[in-house]
Amino acid sequence: MLADLMRGLATTFKAIFEKPVTIQYPEIKRPVRTRYKGRHILKRYENGLEKCIGCSLCAAACPADAIFVEAAENTDDERYSPGERYARVYEINLLRCIFCGYCEDACPTEAIVLGDNYELSFTDRRSSIYTKEMLLEPVPEGGKPTPQKTPPGMYTRAIPEMKDPV
Amino acid sequence: MTNKMITLTIDGIQVTVPEGTNIVDAAKKAGIDIPVFCYHPKMKPVGMCRMCLVEVGRPVVDRNTGEFVRNEDGSLKIQFNPKLETGCTTLVSEGMVVINTSDKVKRGRKDILEFLLTSHPLDCPICDKGGECPLQNLTMAHGPGTSRFLFDEKKHLLKHYPLGELIYLDQERCIQCGRCIRFQEELVDDPVIGFSQRGRSLQIVTFSEPGFDSIFSGNTTDICPVGALTTADFRFGARPWELNAAASICQQCAVGCNLTLNVRREAAAGGKVVIKRVMPRQNEWVNEIWICDKGRFGYHYTEAPERLTQPLIRKEGELVPVSWEEALGFVAERFRQAGKGLLTLASGRLSNEDLFNLRKLSEGLGGKIALYTQMSGGEQVMQVGLAKESNLAELGQGDAILVIASDLHQEAPIWWLRVKQAAERGATLIVAHPRPTRLEKFAKHVLRYRYGDEAGLLLAMLNSLSAKRPALPERVSTLWRDDQVQAAAKAFAEAQNAVIFFGNEGVGLQASQALAQACLNLLLATNHAGRPNNGLIPVWQRPNDQGAWELGWRPLPNLDEAISQANAIYVVACDPAGDNPTLPLTPDFLVVQDLFLTATAKLAHVVLPALPFTEREGSLVNGERRVQRYYPAVPPRPSARADFTITGQLGKLLGIDLEDRLASKVMLRIAAEVPAFSGITYTALAYAPEQWPIIGREDLYYGGTTYENKQGIGVQLPNALQQGEQVTLTWPSLAQATEINGGLLAVPVTKLYDSGSTLVHSKLLDQRRVAAVLWIHPDEAAAHAVQEGDLVHLQFGEASAMATAILDKTVPQGVILLPRSAGIPLLEPCAAQLKVVERSYER
Ligand code: SF4
Ligand code: SF4
Ligand code: SF4
Ligand code: SF4
Ligand code: FES
Repeated sequence: MLADLMRGLATTFKAIFEKPVTIQYPEIKRPVRTRYKGRHILKRYENGLEKCIGCSLCAAACPADAIFVEAAENTDDERYSPGERYARVYEINLLRCIFCGYCEDACPTEAIVLGDNYELSFTDRRSSIYTKEMLLEPVPEGGKPTPQKTPPGMYTRAIPEMKDPV
Repeated sequence: MTNKMITLTIDGIQVTVPEGTNIVDAAKKAGIDIPVFCYHPKMKPVGMCRMCLVEVGRPVVDRNTGEFVRNEDGSLKIQFNPKLETGCTTLVSEGMVVINTSDKVKRGRKDILEFLLTSHPLDCPICDKGGECPLQNLTMAHGPGTSRFLFDEKKHLLKHYPLGELIYLDQERCIQCGRCIRFQEELVDDPVIGFSQRGRSLQIVTFSEPGFDSIFSGNTTDICPVGALTTADFRFGARPWELNAAASICQQCAVGCNLTLNVRREAAAGGKVVIKRVMPRQNEWVNEIWICDKGRFGYHYTEAPERLTQPLIRKEGELVPVSWEEALGFVAERFRQAGKGLLTLASGRLSNEDLFNLRKLSEGLGGKIALYTQMSGGEQVMQVGLAKESNLAELGQGDAILVIASDLHQEAPIWWLRVKQAAERGATLIVAHPRPTRLEKFAKHVLRYRYGDEAGLLLAMLNSLSAKRPALPERVSTLWRDDQVQAAAKAFAEAQNAVIFFGNEGVGLQASQALAQACLNLLLATNHAGRPNNGLIPVWQRPNDQGAWELGWRPLPNLDEAISQANAIYVVACDPAGDNPTLPLTPDFLVVQDLFLTATAKLAHVVLPALPFTEREGSLVNGERRVQRYYPAVPPRPSARADFTITGQLGKLLGIDLEDRLASKVMLRIAAEVPAFSGITYTALAYAPEQWPIIGREDLYYGGTTYENKQGIGVQLPNALQQGEQVTLTWPSLAQATEINGGLLAVPVTKLYDSGSTLVHSKLLDQRRVAAVLWIHPDEAAAHAVQEGDLVHLQFGEASAMATAILDKTVPQGVILLPRSAGIPLLEPCAAQLKVVERSYER
């Protein structure tokens, strides 16, 4: 019986001198894996135009019915995205989202991507709904915020030419 | 049309179809889909897209004997065409063998699709058709996964090209099938769009001013097999799969076109469910698969912010919001006091259920009811109306249609279309009208008469047919000897089936009674009543005027007098004070139940907010006496209530037994009480048989995006003759011609796009709306010193108005035409004095 006790204590003493695995979150954060799926980000092009064209395909693909999109028409005076259509309303209910990434797969313009942010907590249901303003990434350096005034005939393509993923 | 039947084999399935059917239709009847783009079952095939390629084999015929050659085993020897043939332009023949699934056929389709997609933008994600697009669907089913053409060589064209203010064209998406152009030319005779340029530069252009000037333009967006044509109303409104569908009935005219209202929850509307678009719903007995633009774009009044939201009671001179309990209690108390002195005035804008409850309430109190209308004749329609089991689409060779005193193109567009098509199928069309109308082009007989002589003309036609001639007033006494009248009468009498449409252009309330009676006489005397595809169709101005007549509502010959005698007046769904500002509408107690704060409502002591058709259910009777039901599409606005509910609740307070919850239960009571309605239930109205052509979400490629009808085609009422009653000829007394006294006869005419309260809220139509104008013949204008563009002061009786003069050679002499519901308070033809107040060049 004493022998058993000693064996147990030996394990304990060994562990005392090992490097601890606990990370002191939130002071220290572990980097996420490359394919981690956290909170969504709505991307912009370099000039600041939104990539999202309000097509609702993400909403259609979403198995949790977490996305709500309402489209409207761009004009050259008030342009949000290339082409004719943009998302006037874009909302994701993160309480519903199961972080499957189907929305990302469905998007024809690579506008919606699941990012690294997993720090999501809500004090009420309403605040779990992220609006377009909350999801949009900041305007890149050198770009302009939307809506932009653009020259006529410049942004007529909604969907950029894209390479197949390798 | 021949009745010869042809038997052929398609993919091993034997099909028997009438001679003259093409392969695509024959296959469809057998449940086999041959993909098409340019062919549409409602239009002639043109063979432009080559999508319908199939292998076709025909039996070999021995030239000497004329017999089919047989193989050794006795089967027919079939010779296949080495090339593929287009199924849409190839008619079936006896013994034909069609192969729809061979590798050769598949290869053909794949290549055609690859060609169609060479310059297609493939912007399905932002395309309004995406999700209900034939090109998308057929590419998924038959197309190649990749293209050998270079992306960079795609043609780039305009993506936002307004053909008019209603329809936008995306030039890149157009696959040049010509369906839209053919629809405009062949079906609705508005050839205002066409192809320009050739080859890859071929484009749709409009050559009318304003652009795409057609009242049927919305239909092209339904049959366009791609998203090239979109409506300004719906552009980018929602993706098709996000929309819910509710079956409904158009309430803009007496045709009663079947609709599907597509609805969706919308953040921009504060999270409410709203109507995103109005689509036609197939009913081959009523509107086939079409609707007019008024029906498609006119619904916005139902969601107007100006709508009444709360009951109002006048307190210290002001209308103030109160609770329903207070309002209903107050109204019930005052109605009880009024008792016999209650006058209920309602219009055919209401459903059968509303009108039934209203009548029961008034009768329960001993009060009077009156139908608010400017046209009479509903009784004659109940006697010899279009018979049960009729379908205008069956009229053709050997039949006759007479249209009198109505400009169908403006008053009931889909009837115009169906009458035109009947004429093209060979029916003898007789158009009787004092001025030229769009229908005349298709008429065999055009009869011109003077306003006021319409009934006389019909009686003269009858006179010309029989030796026994009752004397007619002097104005029309010799008409029967007129060659044209005689020829038209003869054609009408000799027709196998005959239908009369009568309207009220230039006909007052009294005179329209005589006109209807004259129609009845002509139909009865020529044996065109009581049989399917025969009878009388009234071109009412409201969707349920006929229902009102069926349910016992009648216009009062002297409304002013009835109004001045009443102690309490209950005005529902009409605006007598707005239509006629000189009406002495000052009873002790006035209740108005409506959608908007109308001119009458502004005078009321109590105003009750009602629900529009989109927020409730109900049923209507159209001019063809078809009872049709509509379903709720969006949730009701919180404190408004359906008309039959309000009346029912008033009934409860007054101890009158009325159903106030379910429209279907009101219908049960109607069926129990009104003989023509016996057996009609909401279930019966929801009966939806199979229809041809096949329309539906699976068959978008074939008939377009019109909705299939799963919610009911309605039930036609039997007329009195069909119910075994006796109907006798009586001679109407013809009204005297209106005294003009040196002025001109002012005639109200109906224009499709007016400023009525059920259309004015559709801002999209502003550009096409008729203004307060007067049309006058140039000679007459000269005689009255009126010039084009002058602002003219009009005086008719006590009423007056201002209108801008338009000189028009088609206006008869001695007459000015004024649009209805455009701000000119003229309801019936009457004498008018003109005075120019502002010369056009002064402005
Ligand atoms: S990650 Fe999945 S569940 Fe979450 S919004 Fe996207 S599709 Fe929906
Ligand atoms: S995020 Fe992508 S898929 Fe979703 S609406 Fe925008 S463009 Fe379409
Ligand atoms: S606009 Fe549509 S219907 Fe018209 S030709 Fe082009 S594809 Fe056909
Ligand atoms: S024809 Fe009449 S019922 Fe039909 S859509 Fe037009 S207005 Fe409505
Ligand atoms: S060629 Fe037959 S459908 Fe177009």
